[in-house]
This record gives sequence, C-alpha cells and structure tokens, in this order.
Amino acid sequence: MNASSWVPLDALAAVRAVRAGAASAVEITQAALGHIEARNSALNAFTAVTAERALAEARAIDRRRAQGETLGPLAGAPFAVKNLYDIAGLVTLAGSKIDAERPPATADAFILRKLSEAGAVLVGALNMDEYAYGFTTENTHYGAVHNPHNLAHVAGGSSGGSGAAVAGGLVPIALASDTNGSIRVPASFCGTFGLKPTYGRLSRAGTRPFVASLDHLGPLTRTVGDLAVTYDAMQGADPGDPACAGRPVEPASPILEHGASGLRIAVLGGHFAGSGIAAEAVATVAKALDATRVVEIPEAARGRAAAFVISASEGADLHLADLKARAQDFDPMTRDRFLAGALIPAGWVLRAQRFRRWYREQVLTLFREVDILLAPATPCPAPRIGQETIEIDGVAVPMRPFIGVYTQPLSFIGLPIVAAPLRKPGELPIGVQIIAAPWREADALRIARALERDGVTNAEPALG
Amino acid sequence: MPYPIDIEAYVEAAAQLVGLPLDPAHRPGVVLNLERIAQMAALVMEFRLPEETEPAPVYEP
Repeated sequence: MNASSWVPLDALAAVRAVRAGAASAVEITQAALGHIEARNSALNAFTAVTAERALAEARAIDRRRAQGETLGPLAGAPFAVKNLYDIAGLVTLAGSKIDAERPPATADAFILRKLSEAGAVLVGALNMDEYAYGFTTENTHYGAVHNPHNLAHVAGGSSGGSGAAVAGGLVPIALASDTNGSIRVPASFCGTFGLKPTYGRLSRAGTRPFVASLDHLGPLTRTVGDLAVTYDAMQGADPGDPACAGRPVEPASPILEHGASGLRIAVLGGHFAGSGIAAEAVATVAKALDATRVVEIPEAARGRAAAFVISASEGADLHLADLKARAQDFDPMTRDRFLAGALIPAGWVLRAQRFRRWYREQVLTLFREVDILLAPATPCPAPRIGQETIEIDGVAVPMRPFIGVYTQPLSFIGLPIVAAPLRKPGELPIGVQIIAAPWREADALRIARALERDGVTNAEPALG
Repeated sequence: MPYPIDIEAYVEAAAQLVGLPLDPAHRPGVVLNLERIAQMAALVMEFRLPEETEPAPVYEP
C-alpha cells in the first residue's frame, strides 16, 4: 500500500497495514487529514478537524508498535464523530448555535473513549441536524451537508455529516446517533452500512441527548467487517448511562462469516411494504436470501405515531428553558417543532409510552417464529436539498417527516438493525433494514456480511 | 384529517399555561406542527389498550 495515496475507505485494511509495517499510523492519519482538507468544502461534513490530537494518537500507536507492544483491534484506523459526542477540549455543538456558548467538554464520550482505547484515531466532529431533530441535515447555522453521490441532494439526517464523511471516503468509520432513524436514514441516502444496536446496548454517556426514551448510538462504515469490529470495541457496561443494560460483551466479529444458514428470514409487509425503488431493494435482498415469507408487525403506523409524540414532548422538555428565553436562536428547521412539543397534553405522552409496552409484546411474539425481518430503510433515495414534498403513490406529502416512516416504528421498541446499501448504476443509493430480535445484533451483521460477500450490497464510495 | 379542535386557541392558552412566550412570527409554524402531532396522537389515543399495560420505564429504585 502506498500510504500517501491511501484513501481511508476500510478501517481493517488500515489496521492490517499498520500491523504489517506497510504504513505507519502517522502516514495513514496524514492521508485521512489530506482527504478531509481536499474534499470537505464540497460536502460540509466536518465541523471540526482534530489534526493535532489525531497525529499525537497516531504517533503513540507507532511508538507502541516499535516497542513491540500489543496493538488494539482498530490501531491506526481514522474515525470521526457526530458533533453531539463530547470531545475533550472542544465545545459539543449538537448542531446548535445555542450550545456553542457552552464551555468545552472536559472528557470524551464513553464509546469514543472505547474506540480510542482500541487504537482508533479521532480526526474530527461531524455536522448534524440541530439537536438531532431532523432527517436531512439542512442545518441553518452550519450549512447543509451534501450527498457525496450527488451534491445537490441531502445526505440524510440527523447524522448527515457521518453519512457523507464515510460515503465520501473522508473516514472509514463515523459514529452517530439514532432516535427515530438518524443512523439508518443517512446510511440509506449515502450508500453506507449503519448499525443501530439494541436500545441499552451501548452507553450514551457523554453525548447530548435528544429523547432519552429512544436515543441510541452506533457506527456507519463502508464494510460489514468494520461495522462489527467497531461495534465490538464499543460494547460494555457503564453506570454513567441509566439506560445502558450492562449486558456482557457479545462480540459479533468472530461469527461474522457464519452466513445466513439457520436464520429464519421474512419480509415485513403491511406498513413496511413500500413502493418503487425502496420495494425493489427489499425484493432484491429477499431473493438473495431465499426469503419468501411475508409477515406483519401489528399497528406499526401507531408505533410510528407514538414515537413521534414521545420525541416531540421529551425533546421539547429537554430544551424548554432555551425555548422560553431565546426561541429565535434555534434553527428555523427545528424551532417550531420544539415549541409545539412543549404544548403536548401529558395524557398523549403517557399513552404513547404505554402503547410502546403493548407493541413490544406483539413484536416479541413475532420473533418466536422468525429471526430476521427485512424492510426498506427509507421510502425513497435522497431528496434534493430544499425539497419540500415527495410524491407517494401519486400523492404529495411533506418530505421531511415522511423520511422516517419505516425507521421510526422499529427504533421505537429498540430493535437492533443494520442498514445495508444497494445501488443501481446511475442511481442514488437506497438502504434495506436488516432487523433482528433484541440483543441479536450479530444475526443482523451476519446477514449483512453474507449480502456483502455475494455482491448484493454496494457501498462503493463517491470520490468525485 | 380535519381536527375538530381550534388548535390556534389551544396553542395560545397552553403556551400561557407553561409560560412559553410565542413570537407571533413563530405561531403559524407552531400551530402547523401541533396539528401534525395531534394527528399522530389521535392514532395512539383511539387504540384501546388493556388496562394492565403499564409503561416500561428504565427507573430502578
């Protein structure tokens, strides 16, 4: 490998190169920083580049290797994080102008620290929708993120910077968050893999919350191997997050090549049936996996509605003091939704929370008969920046809230999901959700790996 | 879906109740968004849940 021309597409390739001495961690870091410098102005994915820290971390890895010390599973792999993750010494923006007035974070977020301990090298912070309340990252304060496959289109949200940074070949790994679809939507629009683990699997300590009941963290990558090794490195109990379930570490990487055998796979119908390119993508994946059975999640539309109500209410409560004192400083893209969320009657929210319990029981019943469910990640490929409506079966509906129609009913009950990218020549990518039973992330990752190996998925970067 | 409630009047009164000053320029957007939320909430509220269905809080004493 020629380190100076190296494009940071594959984290495990970087790790192998560092271990073998084919490239130093410093060379790989410099290459990644060079690509960010060259390409970020077109994408607007990064809001901060931590070059000094990255080079110091890389030098430490090269020193450890020279001294014959054991290197971590991600030694020398560059990564970046959505700017709602605390980075020691930087102000955690969470996409907002208001939080820019806060003091710098004094410590790294828990899972960021885990990746650093595994040897990954932090190169920066990534753009997002304000306070994670959006699906398009058309951020008024920091600018829209552009889709690397077509700069006139959105990268998705709320982790739009994460999607664009990985799809554009700026970093092989980006950390993100997903409350209603914010990992799976940018993965779908940008054509990358994304993992939203089970609710409670990964600690959220040191990240700016949005909706405590529904917030998840997870990675976006270009390969399933990178997705699994990153996920494995971030697992572990943490009393710093009251929702972190404290499960034992259950590594997915060792069983990644086990394929689909023994897993009962079904396609989700009803609410998730989809149309057009989204339905075609699911059909392609189902065919490749020999999945012919169609099952339904009862009352999925109500599940989405309940997630919508809880999100608006909890999100507004979190920001109520600022909404009262300085509503004009919020992004106009989120402000009126936050304000409306502050006026929701308590009974609606309580009922939505009770519905969540009922709905969970229905889905767990379904998982007695199946292991994997397939559904579209988004109803369409990436819309244009500024697009207001989208045509669904001949009817124009408001574009932005509709993007989450297939992701929201699933994160609502915390299921682990891999978003896997498909792409036809000349078209924008679109993702398929590979949904597993709670705590069965490894099943979804195995399926994603089988699809990747068989050439069904396409996470080719856009390096234009 | 027509919503048989005067959302504008509700927004006005509820904002007063929670002490949320509303800039007149923001009000139409707030009304529109509360209408959307109300439509979503109607889907949840019209569904009959068994009485014994409790929420699933994380709280552990």
